Amino acid sequence: MTTGQVGAVRRRAGQDPKTWSRRFVANNGPLMGLVVLCVILEFASHHVFLTAGNLSNVLVQASTIAVLAFGQTFVIVAAGIDLSVGSAAGLTAMVSAWMFTSAQFPAGIALAAGLACGVVVGAVNGLAVAWGKLPSFIATLAMLSIARGLTFVISGGKPIPTPSSVSFFGSMIGPIPVPIIVLAVMGIACAVVLNLTVIGRSMYAVGGNIEAARLAGLPVKRILVTVFALSGLFAAVAGMVIAGRLQSAQPGAATGYELNSIAAVVIGGASLAGGVGRASGTLVGALILTVINNGLNLLNVSAFWQQVVMGVVIALAVFIDVIRHKGLSH
Amino acid sequence: MATWAGREDPSAPTELLRLTGVSKSFGPVSVLRGIDLTVHRGEVMVLLGENGAGKSTLIKLIAGIHRLDSGSIQFDGVPVQFHSVAQGEAAGIATIHQELNNVPQLSVAENILLGRLPSRAGFVTPGAIRRRARQALARVGLSDLDVDQPVGRLGVAHQQLIEIAHALDVEAKLLILDEPTAALTAEEISALFAIMVDLRSRGVGMIFISHHLDEVARVGDRVAVLRDGDLIDVVPADTDQARLVRMMVGRDIADQYPRHRQTDGESEVLLDVEHLCQGKRLLDICLRARAGEVVGLAGLVGAGRTELLRAIFGADHYDTGVVQVCGRRLASGRLRQGIREGLGLVPEDRKSQGLVAQASVRENIGYATLASTAHAGFVDRAGQAGRAEAVARRLRVRMRDVDQPVADLSGGNQQKVVFARWALAGSQVLLLDEPTRGVDVGARVEIYEFINDITAAGATVVMASSDLPEVLGMSDRIVVMNSGRIVGEIPADQATSDQVMALAVRDVESPEASGGANPPEVSGETDRAQAPNHGDPIKDGGNR
Ligand SMILES: Nc1ncnc2c1ncn2[C@@H]1O[C@H](COP(=O)(O)OP(=O)(O)OP(=O)(O)O)[C@@H](O)[C@H]1O
Ligand SMILES: [Mg+2]
Repeated sequence: MTTGQVGAVRRRAGQDPKTWSRRFVANNGPLMGLVVLCVILEFASHHVFLTAGNLSNVLVQASTIAVLAFGQTFVIVAAGIDLSVGSAAGLTAMVSAWMFTSAQFPAGIALAAGLACGVVVGAVNGLAVAWGKLPSFIATLAMLSIARGLTFVISGGKPIPTPSSVSFFGSMIGPIPVPIIVLAVMGIACAVVLNLTVIGRSMYAVGGNIEAARLAGLPVKRILVTVFALSGLFAAVAGMVIAGRLQSAQPGAATGYELNSIAAVVIGGASLAGGVGRASGTLVGALILTVINNGLNLLNVSAFWQQVVMGVVIALAVFIDVIRHKGLSH
Repeated sequence: MATWAGREDPSAPTELLRLTGVSKSFGPVSVLRGIDLTVHRGEVMVLLGENGAGKSTLIKLIAGIHRLDSGSIQFDGVPVQFHSVAQGEAAGIATIHQELNNVPQLSVAENILLGRLPSRAGFVTPGAIRRRARQALARVGLSDLDVDQPVGRLGVAHQQLIEIAHALDVEAKLLILDEPTAALTAEEISALFAIMVDLRSRGVGMIFISHHLDEVARVGDRVAVLRDGDLIDVVPADTDQARLVRMMVGRDIADQYPRHRQTDGESEVLLDVEHLCQGKRLLDICLRARAGEVVGLAGLVGAGRTELLRAIFGADHYDTGVVQVCGRRLASGRLRQGIREGLGLVPEDRKSQGLVAQASVRENIGYATLASTAHAGFVDRAGQAGRAEAVARRLRVRMRDVDQPVADLSGGNQQKVVFARWALAGSQVLLLDEPTRGVDVGARVEIYEFINDITAAGATVVMASSDLPEVLGMSDRIVVMNSGRIVGEIPADQATSDQVMALAVRDVESPEASGGANPPEVSGETDRAQAPNHGDPIKDGGNR
């Protein structure tokens, strides 16, 4: 092979702006979907949708689901699934509230304990998957039940008021609601971990081909434990936002949110087969879910129908994505 | 060996497949340009070309896996454009693909009949499945294989034979074989060729892809040479090899096995394996490799070469014995410790064990050095990209750029990516399992030159290969394995293929026949254990 041939293979599609913009649209289908959705809602709602107040509202609503989904992204990239994030969110907030009220720890320590609890819950999932060789679906399904059960045990089934450290997550800094800040911080953290760190790049390898990753010398088991621990930590942060906004930890908080978080990740372009997924995609996925919810509220659609619409949208979004990828590669 | 004379009925219309002006691009990259090719009934058309020349793409167009951009395909007298593999099969085209394409969890029988399981009223009929699977297996010489075991448990060669059986189960008019011999040993290849001769006499047309030039004249009638997406020429199969090489790569290759031997036998021992035992698979293995040396591991399928390399590397546990690398003892199954001490493994199946397909070339090259080059947990992106680019260039990986997904590279270039990983890690003891499987002549020489480079720099290479000329041409010392034992060792300059084969096929089931190896002294269990009987070679050519 001569260098000339190498050069010949190297020729690329033109770098001119037209192809660039077309490629941007092709690579960011979910984002385009979100934009279209916003435009439609803006007109359908008679210009109520695109007001600062409503947009701030949408972002606050999106924050919990997005933070859960950021954590879920790690797991799905590593070819797993985490069904326990909703329960973990509920448990961790409850632990913080209980530490403060019943065990009388300072507010800061109570918060730290709640976050640590999230890490522990996730790490246990990870240990069960990596060393116990349980499929992640089963391990986290068990944890879903265990964590929710513990939440009810600790609280005795009643809400507990949150300490100031947790309530902060539902407050405002100047004009900006803290949940929006949390959303931004956790999103950036997720993107940084996935793109720039050893552990992040290893997740793609483990999710893409676990045997090849092992034979290349990546510490596969340690990576899996870290992946689930991160998911647990993100779930804990989401739990704090939920409890903070209500000023109390509810035993039933975030029930069923695991499914929304998975939907957000998949709408965002990740593959449940592993090895593929981006933080930005997950953010868009979470926003699409929230915007539809918000839009249907603005349009006074009944809650019952909202569920139907939601299901159709999830199926449609993933379907369009599948078609789009097929169309590109053949 | 002579080519095969005469076809059955010269008066019958013989044209089976005609490609006219076939072109294909993937995105901006044009892979095939204006290919015109005809294949007749009862003809074996060999497709030759470098890695990435477009051979697999061409047959995928014929089989209905990819769509044509332009041009047309005529099959059996009618214009066709298949939209799925099933349509192609229904029309009479069976394909054996380059990379293994099975479902590891399904049984051997189910894999053979995949996509056409016999059923009655929607229910599968297990009896019929087993019967048909056994028939198909008998044709490839595997009549003893348990058809109920999952395919994933078998070695690559057996899996390849099962893929062949899968294709033979179709009553095909056109059989396409994309590098079927890459994973097979000499005897299985002979058996496959016997099957092909039989099919040819019955008027089946075949397209056969291989990187082994000696196979061209053995089974081929005509040779089509592709270079960089263009059809260079179609010539008779008895065309002289040097000319074929020139057509393929556009230049002469003087020496196909350019080994520079360092004859000094006293250099430092880098790899020292003593009395390694693993169940019934490895029996009291003792092996040393010195700096600057290439040790060839020869043997039949099932002789334990892969198991030995994996055990040394730490990919699998062993029961007893000692492995030392550069003077340091490694614990059993501690792969990452081995890598730190300088081990590297190029596994036998790059798709399932070597590469993360969706990840980029850069990432795949960098996995073994990801953590050691990082700063506080952050990947050294620029540094890794630069270094990956440099090794990729050194090994002449043909790609658009290092950010291309490795799945888009041709087979031989994917193999070089696995090599590049260990080159970047600076491995001192490189374990190679079928290192040039599916690699073209030119690229193979480049890999050999790389082996020369690293051994000249003081590394050692242990190379298991079923390609006997490669073992003879590239090793300094040949170690022959047979039924989990080492049965002999021959300096390469004196070795002949007959000598190696004689050791490889010798019956070592009787206790005193363990040849050069010492009797086991450690384990009470393993020395009584007999080598398993599953790996026996094919006895006759599978003719029927
Ligand atoms: N799905 C794909 N997307 C993009 N490029 C592809 C795809 N498949 C193949 N290519 C490119 O097309 C070219 C031809 O590949 P192909 O697999 O046909 O080569 P080949 O002749 O079979 O090589 P080998 O001997 O290594 O098997 C290569 O440059 C490869 O990178
Ligand atoms: Mg190919």
